[in-house]
Amino acid sequence: MFKLLEPNKIFQITSKAPKYVLFLFVVVLSVGLVEALILSPEDYKQSDAVRIMYVHVPAAWISLGIFSSITVLSISGFIFKNKNFFLISKSLAPSGFVFNIIALVTGSIWGKPTWGTWWAWDARITSMLILALFYALYLISWRIYENEEKVFKISTFITILGIINVPIIKYSVDWWNTLHQPASINILSESSIHSSMLYPLLIMTAAFALFSLLIFLMKYNTELIKIKNKGLDRL
Amino acid sequence: MINELLFMNGYAVYVLSAFGFTLLSFLSLYLVTRVQFIKEQNKFVAKFGSLNIEQANSAKSQRINKEILANATDN
Repeated sequence: MFKLLEPNKIFQITSKAPKYVLFLFVVVLSVGLVEALILSPEDYKQSDAVRIMYVHVPAAWISLGIFSSITVLSISGFIFKNKNFFLISKSLAPSGFVFNIIALVTGSIWGKPTWGTWWAWDARITSMLILALFYALYLISWRIYENEEKVFKISTFITILGIINVPIIKYSVDWWNTLHQPASINILSESSIHSSMLYPLLIMTAAFALFSLLIFLMKYNTELIKIKNKGLDRL
Repeated sequence: MINELLFMNGYAVYVLSAFGFTLLSFLSLYLVTRVQFIKEQNKFVAKFGSLNIEQANSAKSQRINKEILANATDN
């Protein structure tokens, strides 16, 4: 099955896909922005400040999703001795990191009108900051170490340590008294968010997911060409 | 409607700066990734051009190398 995912085979698809993904991203983002900024209603308590949710929440979801994927792929890379899994992980990390930063900055901007402060060392915010540090460590490890085996081991170790933080982020609002509100959307039980706000949120999440796919494809293609450049040196 | 969008009950400065920061981050990440991609692609084309006929034929036997060259001419 893994042979189908060999870089030599899938490059034909990954090299052509970015332009279509970019087009789709622009369309979905445009619809999402109109929904989020104009059509969706204001909140009865937070008024228009609630609109920050449409960039803050998808960014946080996707940064958590990407870090979890990186961990699974890195561990799978070791189990199945598949270098391509490491290459996919490395290509996913930049967008995950940027989404993490977006979640922190937009959260901070949202905090000022709702809590009266730009920053609080509360459990959810601090654990998200720790996730950003793990992302930074992961990206730095790929820059520092030249030796392939060494970088595979160290980057996987960083993701294993970092993944411990992911359930802490998720349940921090339940385990501790925090300024941050509890989750409004639950997959297993009824969500407390109205559909007029849920749909714009889902559209923006789709747009953000398309953007991370676009960056992943571009980064993955760059990494493959880098490998092929080294191959040409050996001829 | 434009007035509403620009005022947002006094929260426009927060809302628009959050959206602005997000879109600016997107644009920066896209441009940085695109520049890195084009740089590697150009390096590949330059290296390929410096190969002798035998080496070039050997390199062209791999489909991915042909794809990279084809994409480079498309871009």
